[in-house]
Amino acid sequence: MNGGEREAVLELKDLEVSFKVKGGDVFKAVKGVNFTIYKGETFGLVGESGSGKTSIGRAVVRINDASAGSILYKGRKINGKISRELDLEVVRKIQMIFQDPMASLNERAKVDYIISEGLYNIGVKRTEAERKDLVSKALLEVGLLPEFASRFPHEFSGGQRQRIGIARALIMEPELIVADEPISALDVSIRAQVLNLLSAIQKAKGLTYLFIAHDLSVVRFITDRIAVINKGEIVELAETEELFRRPLHPYTRALISAIPQPDPIAERGKVVTVYDPRCHDYSTQGPSWVDVGGGHFVLANAKEVEAYRAEMAAAQP
Amino acid sequence: MAKGDAILEAKDVVIKFNLRGRTLTAIRGASLELNEGETLAIVGESGSGKSVLTKSFIGMLDQNGWVDSGSVMFEGRNLAALRDEKEWLAIRGKKIAMVFQDPMTALNPLLSVGAQIREVFELHHGLSGKAADHAVIDMLERVGIDAPESRRKQYPHEFSGGMRQRVVIAIAVACKPRILICDEPTTALDVTIQAQILDLIKALQRDLAFTTVYITHDLGVVANVADRVAVMYSGQIVETGMAEEVFYDSRHPYTWALLSSLPQLGVKGQPLYSISGTPPNLFNRISGDAFAPRNPKALKVDFVAQPPMFQISPTHRAATWLLDPRAPAMDPPPAILAMRAKLGGAKIGGAR
Repeated sequence: MNGGEREAVLELKDLEVSFKVKGGDVFKAVKGVNFTIYKGETFGLVGESGSGKTSIGRAVVRINDASAGSILYKGRKINGKISRELDLEVVRKIQMIFQDPMASLNERAKVDYIISEGLYNIGVKRTEAERKDLVSKALLEVGLLPEFASRFPHEFSGGQRQRIGIARALIMEPELIVADEPISALDVSIRAQVLNLLSAIQKAKGLTYLFIAHDLSVVRFITDRIAVINKGEIVELAETEELFRRPLHPYTRALISAIPQPDPIAERGKVVTVYDPRCHDYSTQGPSWVDVGGGHFVLANAKEVEAYRAEMAAAQP
Repeated sequence: MAKGDAILEAKDVVIKFNLRGRTLTAIRGASLELNEGETLAIVGESGSGKSVLTKSFIGMLDQNGWVDSGSVMFEGRNLAALRDEKEWLAIRGKKIAMVFQDPMTALNPLLSVGAQIREVFELHHGLSGKAADHAVIDMLERVGIDAPESRRKQYPHEFSGGMRQRVVIAIAVACKPRILICDEPTTALDVTIQAQILDLIKALQRDLAFTTVYITHDLGVVANVADRVAVMYSGQIVETGMAEEVFYDSRHPYTWALLSSLPQLGVKGQPLYSISGTPPNLFNRISGDAFAPRNPKALKVDFVAQPPMFQISPTHRAATWLLDPRAPAMDPPPAILAMRAKLGGAKIGGAR
């Protein structure tokens, strides 16, 4: 993958998301985040709980407001005040898949309504037959039967419910899907099914994914590029295999070292490194967001960048 | 008792539940032995019965459930026959303790963490006053909580998830149990915290010399902690062996499927192996191999007769007709072959 001719679907520029907390204070959940997602790729956003990864996802689908910076969809700013036409377009084109399929479906609505709710909202006039047709198509696309439309969510298993969640996003014919931990609430044997489904749909429709997760082993399997976020700041961004081969930032290293592998011999010999933020000396110069080569970005100051570049050279792929 | 002797032995345990007049058989004849000082991991998807089976070891089955037949021998007594809550109180918490999945709900939000640990010392050790305070502080220090003197007065909401789980562990091991059952102890935690908690349990196990049972669906955690692994499916143990045997030389098609569906073992850009269908309905009678309907390569006999446990090595057993001498030779899926190759010539089995 080389830059240049790639079409940027989503660009985040110095994005900040803040929340008011008790006592009038402001908590910055996301601090100055920059990245670009290109058409057709799966972009992973990885971090621990409280890192701000979900806040970014929610800002992209405009559930949370961005307090500063901008979010561009195909070059047009979509945060803050935007025109009604753009708003309707973005509602269609950026869809979200949620983490817990047990909590994200309306228990009182039939699958038919759940899947077509988005269509009602964007106000495009369709005949009942057309709408039913779209629902059947969406159900088939996610591997469910059209008959399921007349049932209620409680009649389905977790994996099937997540498929309904995916169908609800697909019916809008989106270009970008924000998937927030789409498989972490599912059982092990079901996870593979849903991952395969997401990949197959992406191939068939040329979708772009922003895949938010905490589990690096899943993210490694499905993404093209990964951004690692810690306490609201992205500390490193690189192509997936590059990141695993040459992790530079100590936080990324700690995170990678902690992933449990299904391999007893490797696990017994493993050393988990702990990230200590005090290992950075930012007293003379603070960190900035630097490309250390080939689209491998890291948050570091000049001195660290020098060390990282030397490391990169020593570990040539 | 020497290390390696059986400390608890469950034999042909059948556990049933009464749900609105219908009977569900959650455990369909499970046999499991637990050896002194070891770490056993029970793996399986939700509904496989891994929690139910271990809950029967501490008399914590839900009101509508009962051990229908079979025995659970511990210290010369059959726990499956215990009916009296008083008898359970001498075992539960004291001899066999449990760490639950979610540290948010396992602690009482209205009591300080110190008070919750202190309760254990007062009830089980008869300590009070200063002596109990000292025991609490010592315990908090042991599980890695800084400034225990002041932190013991804090409430659960003032602790992070990982710290809360440390408190739950402190309560569980305060009685110096012989067996510690950890039910998905790290599922609710971040990976970096997870690693710390697993290390803590290992360190406590070394110091206090208890036997650990992990219940988990995370095969990464299993590989990290387990000496021995038992794989459960639909209320039965389908494969059991030393961790190396189960990870690198698995024999049951369900174990194959479980391992193959892990993204860590997948090939990027290719679909992951996925298990089709859903586990059988436990309200119904299951004949044959319970996994057969989801196993695309099931043999005819799998649908008719239940496979017995075949012994593969002194420590490794699996219940699949594939191990019968009459069965056709069948290669495991590619991911399993890759795991086998990983082991190379290294020796499998035996105690570590």
